[in-house]
Amino acid sequence: MDAQARRDLYRMMVLIRTFEEAILREYHADKKPVFDIGAGAIPGEMHLSAGQEPVAAGVCAHLTTDDAVTATHRPHHLAIAHGVDLRRMAAEIFGRVDGLGRGRGGHMHLFDPDTHFSCSGIIAEGYPPAVGQALAFHRRGTDRVAVAVTGEGAANQGGFHESLNLASLWKLPVVFVVEDNDWGISVPRSASTCVTSNAVRAAGYDMPGERVEENSVEAVHEAAGRAVARARAGEGPSLLEVHTLRLWGHFEGDAQAYRTDLEGVPGRDPIPTYEQQLRADGVLGDEDVRAARQDAGERVEDAIAFARKSAEPAPESATEYVFA
Amino acid sequence: MTVTDAPAPSRRKLTTAKAMVEAIAQEMDRDPDVFVLGEDVGAYGGIFSSTTGLLDRFGPERIIDTPISETAFIGAAIGAAVEGMRPIVELMFVDFFGVCMDQIYNHMAKIHFESGGNVRVPMVLTTAVGGGYSDGAQHSQCLWGTFAHLPGMKIVVPSTPADAKGLMVSAIRDDNPVVYMFHKGVMGLPWMAKNPRSLAPVPEEEYEVPIGKASVVRSGRDVTIVTLSLSVHRALDVADELAADGVECEVVDLRSLVPLDTDTILESVGRTGRLLVVDEDYLSYGLSGEVIARVAERDPALLTVPPVRVCVPDVPIPYARSLEYAVLPTADRIRDGVRRLVGA
Repeated sequence: MDAQARRDLYRMMVLIRTFEEAILREYHADKKPVFDIGAGAIPGEMHLSAGQEPVAAGVCAHLTTDDAVTATHRPHHLAIAHGVDLRRMAAEIFGRVDGLGRGRGGHMHLFDPDTHFSCSGIIAEGYPPAVGQALAFHRRGTDRVAVAVTGEGAANQGGFHESLNLASLWKLPVVFVVEDNDWGISVPRSASTCVTSNAVRAAGYDMPGERVEENSVEAVHEAAGRAVARARAGEGPSLLEVHTLRLWGHFEGDAQAYRTDLEGVPGRDPIPTYEQQLRADGVLGDEDVRAARQDAGERVEDAIAFARKSAEPAPESATEYVFA
Repeated sequence: MTVTDAPAPSRRKLTTAKAMVEAIAQEMDRDPDVFVLGEDVGAYGGIFSSTTGLLDRFGPERIIDTPISETAFIGAAIGAAVEGMRPIVELMFVDFFGVCMDQIYNHMAKIHFESGGNVRVPMVLTTAVGGGYSDGAQHSQCLWGTFAHLPGMKIVVPSTPADAKGLMVSAIRDDNPVVYMFHKGVMGLPWMAKNPRSLAPVPEEEYEVPIGKASVVRSGRDVTIVTLSLSVHRALDVADELAADGVECEVVDLRSLVPLDTDTILESVGRTGRLLVVDEDYLSYGLSGEVIARVAERDPALLTVPPVRVCVPDVPIPYARSLEYAVLPTADRIRDGVRRLVGA
């Protein structure tokens, strides 16, 4: 991979982390001293993606906004990496009229037809619509692909298995991605899943399966490249599992008392690791790092300011948009 | 009074099933984005003949047999619709919704709303409903009240061949998800007892029956019977019979549950003062209560006597014929309901 492409992956991860840190700050700012999940400028559940940036940056680097991405209840990293507008995304998270869904969706329900991005808060249920997007791309004779992302907890759901079967049966251009962050809320993977790698399940659906053991953006990029190329070439779907990291809680407010691996977590943060690697390889210097952080900070704070300035939806409009 | 908005009367008769297929075929000719997928929709032609002959005409690229995998293929229809296609996807029996309801009510029905109107989901979910042939508790339900309760889906329920065609055309052209619920007993299937009303004139050209418009299929001054689907046939039979006794029933065929044509119901009840709701779905928390509530909310004084409901009592549909026909809204139960209302 050339130096510019590596710097781009780094910059994308920094942008995502900067966004998540800003949402973290804004989310908690007015929930003190007593945490109330429904209070504040950003109410509701908040599932942040810190630690999982390598998956988003590594996979989405192979896509254009003509390709589709379906994400989960933890969607921000994928939305950003796929090119969803930061301002409208932030406004939706704040529940404002300029949001992607005019405040009807919220952070688990981001829909952006411009980039064919969507997400579902129901575990594994974002997979079937991705199969249908791929069906539409295929029927229209394009080489567009659909990327469907879930967590490892979803790999035990029926929708996951049904989707793999159907996509393989019809040879559709889908890349199924599993983000294995070790935890389904409080249940460790060892207590939920009968196989040590979900990649082996691909064999049951006659498609290639690959597990990336390191939470490395370049390893993800390389493996995703094979899967996307296969889909674009009309050779059918692939399954890619990445052993990634849930750096923070399942949702904000999660004390993580159940978590036995917390002590080692900060040292596993993929962004400093990648930064050190690029510095050691001589492709990233102090000025690059400073510029990446400054640029990300400016873009994110602009988006937050945009969201804060946007109006709250009028109560009398609550029943709009049920039907087209 | 609202009448079927069909064009000039035709003398050509079709069964409901053939009328439905004709609408799909004409729309597929008109719009290359329309396609059909579901279990046994290809060579078999639909277990209840909802797709007969389409495979021969349009081929396997547009008439797609699926695995028994409702979550995947209904979800796939949603994804295709989001990308601008117009899929018609069949859930073989409505009773099977339990294995795939998440795609239906959390995705198909909500994406437009959650996107603030930015994403459209133009698709038709067809499904067979109803009992009367001893198919037991898991293959005989109507369940339209369950679907109509959940926002974001239009619901149409044709009872006649002409409406089956016109509502299918409207459903395909609608930019929203439309659930098209056809009773097996109105399809005119050769292998199931059928009412003669399941074979009737259908115009050959394409036409739309507007979604959200009920039809007064029989006028009468004494009692309003609000009903839908196969129960329309039974209600008309009863109305014909009671007319000989001097009791005139007005029969309102709802045709659509979402949106519900409240005005037509109110106009009719305003004329008769007596309301009988006949519904093959379960009694409690359903369509019959909704219809009565809409009348009561607007003006309870419209009702000169308390309303009567003929529905499936709150019991699963039994298998044995004697038991099943004890709970279905049969002609006997409808007749008794009318008599209670007129005090005869």
